[in-house]
Parts: sequence; C-alpha cells; structure tokens
Amino acid sequence: MALIKLQAVRKIYEVGTETVRALDGVDLEIQRGGYVAIMGASGSGKSTLMNVVGCLDRPTTGSYVLNGTAVEELSDDELAAVRNREIGFVFQTFNLLARTKALANVELPLTYAGVSRKERRERAADALERVGLADRMNHQTNELSGGQRQRVAVARALVNNPSILLADEPTGNLDSATSNEIMALFDKLHLTGNTVLLVTHEPDIAEHSHRQIVLHDGKLVEDRKTPR
Amino acid sequence: MIVTENFRIALRALWANKMRSMLTTLGIIIGVAAVIGVVSIVQGLQVLLTRQFEGLGANFMIVQPRQQFSGPGMVQKPVRLTWDDGLAIRDAVAGIDMITPQMFGSSQAKYRDRAHGTFVIGVNQDWPEVHDFSVEIGRFFNKVDLDRRQKVAVVGLDVVDELRLGNPIGKEMTLGTLPVTIVGVMEKKGQSLGQNLDDLVFVPFETALGIFGRRAAEQVQLRLRTTSTNNVDQVREEIRQLLRRRHQIVGDDPDDFQIIVQDEILEQTTQLLGTVTFVVAGIVGIALLVGGIGIMNIMLVSVTERTREIGIRKSVGARRQDILLQFLIEAVTLSLLGGAIGLALGYGIGRLATNLIPGDLPPAVVPLWAIALAFGFSTAVGVFFGIYPASKAARLDPIDALRYE
Ligand SMILES: Nc1ncnc2c1ncn2[C@@H]1O[C@H](COP(=O)(O)OP(=O)(O)O)[C@@H](O)[C@H]1O
Ligand SMILES: [Mg+2]
Repeated sequence: MALIKLQAVRKIYEVGTETVRALDGVDLEIQRGGYVAIMGASGSGKSTLMNVVGCLDRPTTGSYVLNGTAVEELSDDELAAVRNREIGFVFQTFNLLARTKALANVELPLTYAGVSRKERRERAADALERVGLADRMNHQTNELSGGQRQRVAVARALVNNPSILLADEPTGNLDSATSNEIMALFDKLHLTGNTVLLVTHEPDIAEHSHRQIVLHDGKLVEDRKTPR
Repeated sequence: MIVTENFRIALRALWANKMRSMLTTLGIIIGVAAVIGVVSIVQGLQVLLTRQFEGLGANFMIVQPRQQFSGPGMVQKPVRLTWDDGLAIRDAVAGIDMITPQMFGSSQAKYRDRAHGTFVIGVNQDWPEVHDFSVEIGRFFNKVDLDRRQKVAVVGLDVVDELRLGNPIGKEMTLGTLPVTIVGVMEKKGQSLGQNLDDLVFVPFETALGIFGRRAAEQVQLRLRTTSTNNVDQVREEIRQLLRRRHQIVGDDPDDFQIIVQDEILEQTTQLLGTVTFVVAGIVGIALLVGGIGIMNIMLVSVTERTREIGIRKSVGARRQDILLQFLIEAVTLSLLGGAIGLALGYGIGRLATNLIPGDLPPAVVPLWAIALAFGFSTAVGVFFGIYPASKAARLDPIDALRYE
C-alpha cells in the first residue's frame, strides 16, 4: 500500500473575481522509503501540494489517503495530531521559534505529543546529534548560522519519528556549500529508512532524489526516475 | 498539553517584554493595591473602634450639649447642660444605676520644681465604675470628699512619672494655682483614640470648677450607666423628654443636647466604614475594568505579533485547545502578577497609613478573604479579558499564520 495516495486533488483560490487553480487534478502515489523531488516554475503549485500532503491545508476537492487514513474526513484537531505523529516539515525560512534554544525548538513536537520533560530532553538532544549539532544545543536560534538553523529544523522534523519528511525548498535560503551539507543530511536520512519529499527548482538539488515530479499550472506534467 | 508547560511558556513570553508586561498590569496593580490598602486600614479601624466601645458595655450612655446651627440673623440661644440637669435625671428617671458629670480641660500640674501640662477631669465618685476604670494605689475620692469639696486628686501613671512623684500618696501638687492632695493612682490604660488615658488628673467635680471657673459648669457631659441593657431605649427617651422640658424646647425645635449609646456609635462607625468600603469597591471595579481592557489589548497585540509562532506551533501538532490554553494562561499570569504586586503594595500602604496616623492604631490587618478576593478577581479579569484574544489565536489557520509577515 502506498504511504501517500492523492486522487484528483484540486485546490482552488478565489481572489476577487479571479479563480486560481493552485492544484488542478493531481493524482500521485508515493511509497514508503521513497525519495521524491517536486519541481516546477514559481507559482506552479509546489508549496500548495506540500501543504496538502503535510496536512497543513485541505484540498478543495479530491481525496488524500495518508498511511491508510482518509485525511479529508478528519477534524482540525485530528489533523494537528496527524501532523504531530506522521509529518516532519522543513521550510525554506526555517520557521524556528526566535529567542529560544535549539533544544527547546526540537522538543516542540514532543511537547504537543505529551512526552515527559525528561524524555523530551533526551530525544531532542539525540535528534540534534544526528544532524551534527550536538555542540549547539543550548544556543538560541538567532545565534546560529543559516545552515545551522536549517539543521535544527531538520532535527525538529525527525524527532517524533514521522512517516514522511517534507521539505519545501530547504536550501532556498542557503549558499551552495551549506546546501550540499543539508542535502547530504537528507541523503543520510533517506538511507536510514525515512521517506523524503522535497520541493526544489534547482536541478542539481533534485539530482539527490530517486524520482522527480514536475508541476505546471497545478497539473502534474512529468513523473520520472532520476537518471543515474 | 499540561498547564505547567504553558505556565513556563507564559512566563518566558512575559519576561521577554518585561516593561510592557509591567505597564499592562498597572491597572490591576492599582486596583488590587487600593482594595488591600483600604481594607487593611478599615479593618484596623473597625477592630479599634469595636474594642474601644465594647469595653464600655451596652448600658453605657453619654449626654452632651449640642450647638445648633442657626440661620443668619437668628438669635443663638446659649446651649446649657449642667450637673443640675444630671441630678434631675438621676432623681426623675427610673432605671439609672450611676451617673457622673464630666468636665474636661488642660492645666499645668506642678510638684516642687517639676511642671507638666496635663488634662484635668472633674467627675464624681461614680466615674471609675461608670467607665470600668480602677485605682491601682490608694483610693478614688468618695462622696464625703465631694460634699466637703476636698482638694484631692487621683493621678494617672504618666503624671507620676513626669512630676517624679515617687510614691505620690499624700503628696501635694498644684493644678494651675490650686493646691491638691493626691489620694490615688489610676491603673495603666494606655492610648485610646489619640488620647493618652494615663496622662490625666481626676479631681472632684466642684473642685474642677475652682480650676476652670464657674462658667465651665454650664456645659458639662453626663455619663451614666443604666441598670440593665434592656431599658437603654426607654431611659434614653425619658432623659430626652425631661431635658426638653427643662430646656424649654417646644414643638418641632431640635434638641440642644445629644444622647449617645454604644450600639449607635458602633452602628454609625460600621456604617461609615461600610460606605468607605463601598466607594472604594466602585473605584476598584473601574480600575480592574481598565486593567482588564489593558490586558485584552496587549494580548491582542501579542497574538498578532506572534502569529508566526502560532503557525509554527500548529505545524508541529499544536491543537486549538493548546494554543487557547497558552494565551489564556499568559493573560491570567499577567493579571495574577498584577494582583500579587498590588497585594504587596496595598499591604505596604496599609502599614504606612497606620504608622502615619497618630494614636495607637492596630497594625494593618489584611484578612484572608481580601487576599482570596484579590487573586480571585485577578484571575477572573485575566480569564474574562484573555479569552477573546486567546480564541482568536486558537482559530488561526496554520497556513495563513505561517505566511504572516
Ligand atoms: N492563499 C492563497 N490565495 C490565493 N492564491 C494563492 C494562495 N496560495 C497560493 N496561491 C496561488 O496558487 C498558485 C500556486 O502557489 P504555490 O503553491 O505557492 O506555488 P510554488 O510553491 O510552486 O511557487 C500561485 O499562483 C499562487 O499565487
Ligand atoms: Mg513555493
């Protein structure tokens, strides 16, 4: 069974008199352990797709089954629980809590999962170690470089052992050397069994994946294996 | 998510904006400080007054002259209340146990080379029993002393000290120019309503006239005790009728005297203090309202400022109730902080006031109910004014919140 299964997913925005079809009938299946890059021009619907897959947003029509659960039937609070358990999100702009320690940021998903303070501390420290930030745990996020911040974000995404890691242009705000470090991290996480879904418009970043999907005006126009 | 976790988040958020948090809670601080300050002073006064008058007993009564306020051009009738009135009352009104005149004035007391400004009080032999005072050394003057107009005196302990009288019994001192022989020393009584009860010289009523002059006899106080606490009202009314006849007050003309009983004093003071408390409660209500609106305002600002934070929290799994609780607890913490500071401040004000007011006011009393009330009100204000901003935060759409610039 596919981990992610989208069928005829549409996301339509009404802006004034105009109708924007951010997603226009997307069918997509992703298996557990996949490493998929979503590509396409700016405004083609990549982020919208990620938000739907990450249960941050609901499709206007169509069905989405995640790990056997029909997501469109869930309440807002149930969606929150799914985000907490199943999804690890990494954003282009990091989205960390400012003036807050790296460790506390990584603990956040565990806090809402109701994990005890002691266990939270241990698991967050462990996740930070896995992204190579063992020596920066007690730094405030604004004391960290862009690459370090994104590592904290990755640690936060994986701390609750989610089914999928979603990354929306995770290297978009980073220089190329730092981008390579972050991509090496995703490669490693994929190798250790994680499902990774990654938005990018840079071909050499997409090279890291095993499968590339191209969106154009909200439609899936290409779905190919990454050539080796 | 558990409350303690939210409490830590709230404290951190408030600490990050120390100045703003402080200013926001000002309304609550002022409100609670006013409550506690006034309550502590009022409670102190009440304790004091109750103690003061309860000691005298319910069958105690004071009759004193009352000057009438008259309109312009009206002839002022001289107000008189004499010991003759007192004797008439004693003879005509049934149910009076004891009655004494009381004349009061300051005088210079001298013994050898020592002089001391003190208060002289002219009374008869029944005064100590009427007032529940007793003599420590020697004796009080008796009927014989009064009838013979003996120049005797009973002194308070402070007078003994000031004049270095040693064992004062039998010693002769002068009051003004009048030499008197000391026959007794009163027991220690301390302060009462700003009056030092140990700095008094008691002399027979007729003897006091020799010090204050004959005219002083036209305005005396009468102090009496009825035979029972049940006949107070009846005695009072009979005295009133008798004095109106004797003073030739007719028709609707007001009394030129005043009869005060203990119950009334207590009732009046309690009423007055109640009014004060009521007025203050009104002011406090307004202060708390203003404080609450301040909290709501700042919480709305905080929710807007932290829209992104809310988005982040939601994206990692925070439910509506988690966000609601977070901001609600922040609002309540804010107002409770104000309550706690206000409590300390109010207590300080109460203490300061009781220290500044002369006389022996008891220390500021902050009753437990006032503390509970202060915190209860703060919590209620926090919840009431915090719920709207918090629910606004909780309802935010995660995508919109994350996109918020
Ligand atoms: N909240 C919104 N309201 C209206 N239009 C939106 C909204 N979000 C996205 N869109 C539109 O949907 C389209 C797809 O956006 P997006 O998924 O962000 O593109 P990408 O990430 O590929 O650049 C764009 O045309 C964008 O303007
Ligand atoms: Mg995008």
